Amino acid sequence: MSLPSSHYRSPTSSLILLRNGLVATLLFACAALGNAAEIGQVKVSRGQVTIERQGKSSPATVGMRLQTSDFVRTGVDGSVGITMDDDSLLSAGPNSELSLDRYTLNSTTNQGRFDSSLNKGTLAVISGRIAKQSPDAMTVRTPNAILGVRGTEFVVSAND
Amino acid sequence: MTDLLTDPRRRLRRTATVVSLALLCGCATSTVVLLPEEDGRQTSISVKQGGTEVILEQPYAAARANALGPRAYVATPEDVQAKFAPALAAQPARATTFTLYFIEGKDEFTEESRQDVDRILSEIAKRPVPDVLVVGHTDAVGNDQTNDALGQQRAETVRAALMKLGIPADDIRAISRGKRALAVPTPDGVAEPRNRRVVILVR
Repeated sequence: MSLPSSHYRSPTSSLILLRNGLVATLLFACAALGNAAEIGQVKVSRGQVTIERQGKSSPATVGMRLQTSDFVRTGVDGSVGITMDDDSLLSAGPNSELSLDRYTLNSTTNQGRFDSSLNKGTLAVISGRIAKQSPDAMTVRTPNAILGVRGTEFVVSAND
Repeated sequence: MTDLLTDPRRRLRRTATVVSLALLCGCATSTVVLLPEEDGRQTSISVKQGGTEVILEQPYAAARANALGPRAYVATPEDVQAKFAPALAAQPARATTFTLYFIEGKDEFTEESRQDVDRILSEIAKRPVPDVLVVGHTDAVGNDQTNDALGQQRAETVRAALMKLGIPADDIRAISRGKRALAVPTPDGVAEPRNRRVVILVR
């Protein structure tokens, strides 16, 4: 007895299909997580700039996507410009250390929270939708002060 | 028995404490300067240090936080340039905004908006690492749930159109604000063509 080959599916090929399905689902899930975790992008990078993530340090290249807890460090000749997902613009001058501590945003309601820290150096900020929606939902910490951002353009230095 | 005051180890420790306190005070200084808004809007920053708060509300209103607490002063554009020129020079370009309009209750563009797409593409081409945020809006007809979905549908339509034109999927995000951000304020339930729109931010 023979079946038309196009209708016949061996148990093995079903398993392969199932496995491929699982792989696809996993990949999709990872991609979705990856996107959710992206909170901003490096738009400008000059001189020495590094991003530290989970203990690993890599050069900050233009176009690099950022995640919560990323630590941005600029060298003597370095400067970096970041556009956050809520349209906040952060840019740091030389010898700076900036940490993106906490970032949440409901893109439908614009409710969210954005906390960052400038450990040292200089930072220029234009706040975005998070601060516009809820005053005090955006803060910048320095080693000895907390800035509550109600809008919108300012500069801050730490340990100068 | 050793004299407490002249014990060299104690003296050393006391000196160390004084030195580290001095270092701590010398180091922990922060300066904040509020800048003028591009469009002259009201703006404000609070600067908290311990239990003390300084509120900055005018352009070039500034605060310095150090061991003596936060103190307000007025900075000059020259002060800002002297210290912050490299940080300001690294500021990314602001988003360029485009608005496309839709036919009532549908996810189809009006004829005029169909022709705006070229301008959007040329703005995207200008940016070194473009990312595009597509924000769907509706008018005030219907409840939040319906409008959130319709806004999302409109945003997805634009995203798909941009992808077809060669913009990578990873660089475009579609979101909906439903009827939460009316361009033309109306009472709830009012049909208003200018509110049925998609705002595209090229960044």
